[in-house]
Amino acid sequence: MTTVGVVQFPGTNCELDVQRAVEHLGSSAELLWHADASVQGVDAVVVPGGFAHGDYLRTGAIARFSPVMDAVAVFAAAGGPVVGICNGFQVLTEAGLLPGALQKNARLKFICDSVEIRVETTDSVLTNLCAAGDVLRIPINHFEGNYVCDRPTLDRLRADGRIVLRYVSNPNGSLDDIAGICNEGRNVVGLMPHPERASDDLLGSADGVALLDSFLGAAAANSASRGAVAR
Amino acid sequence: MTKFAARVEITHLDGIADPQGATIERALPVLGYANVSQVHVGKSIRLVIDATDAGAARVEVLEMCDRLLANPVIEAYEVEITELSGSSA
Repeated sequence: MTTVGVVQFPGTNCELDVQRAVEHLGSSAELLWHADASVQGVDAVVVPGGFAHGDYLRTGAIARFSPVMDAVAVFAAAGGPVVGICNGFQVLTEAGLLPGALQKNARLKFICDSVEIRVETTDSVLTNLCAAGDVLRIPINHFEGNYVCDRPTLDRLRADGRIVLRYVSNPNGSLDDIAGICNEGRNVVGLMPHPERASDDLLGSADGVALLDSFLGAAAANSASRGAVAR
Repeated sequence: MTKFAARVEITHLDGIADPQGATIERALPVLGYANVSQVHVGKSIRLVIDATDAGAARVEVLEMCDRLLANPVIEAYEVEITELSGSSA
């Protein structure tokens, strides 16, 4: 069975939600403790939301020094699917796995809401089962979700089609309405919205399932390709 | 080795939103300070470092800024080094 590793830092608080959503969709999930310098052979990695290391100094700034992040970087460099959700997105930018940074929301308010996001590209591990233009209703829950990067970086993201998700109505001042981006290899995605909180109608929306199923499909493909190499 | 006090002032880069600064700037006129502009909120980090001289201390603290204390994507920093008196070994 496909196994997703869910990174757990001190202060992470969405790891069990992600684990439950993954299991709900028929895959298995195991927690990866931040102090272990290994991803334990999993097929995909989620860096979930929360307040890793209390968000001291800056969001994600200390988390990137946790031993597990070196293993995540190696896993990502080998093409392994990685998604950072909310605080996990912040951690991935601080770790240099994704460009840019997340600054405080434009109106200096913590936002807890359900918003619409639009799928801008299906060429990523998080959107390969979606259709471009799909509008999904997914919760957001953040203070620092206002994506920013320098002009050359934005130009490159646009030219390469690496803006994966955009807000339909920008809630936080994010540059170019960006809700999620991916790396050059398209196997590392960061997004502020929480697809795991929209994984069943009981939660108010099941729109996150398309994203999670895409990711689990990428995990299964990664598992199969590694199996082929091993054989 | 000599002990130096380092003060690191971290501010937002030009063009990066400073919502805390903007909020304070809107609040001050309410108290009658209508003559205030360009309010910026940053961080101040103080530390003591052992180094051979002030130049070496500065080089090392600047490196710390690049690697951890500041995020160059959104933040600028300034470093001030002061020798602590009577600390020479």
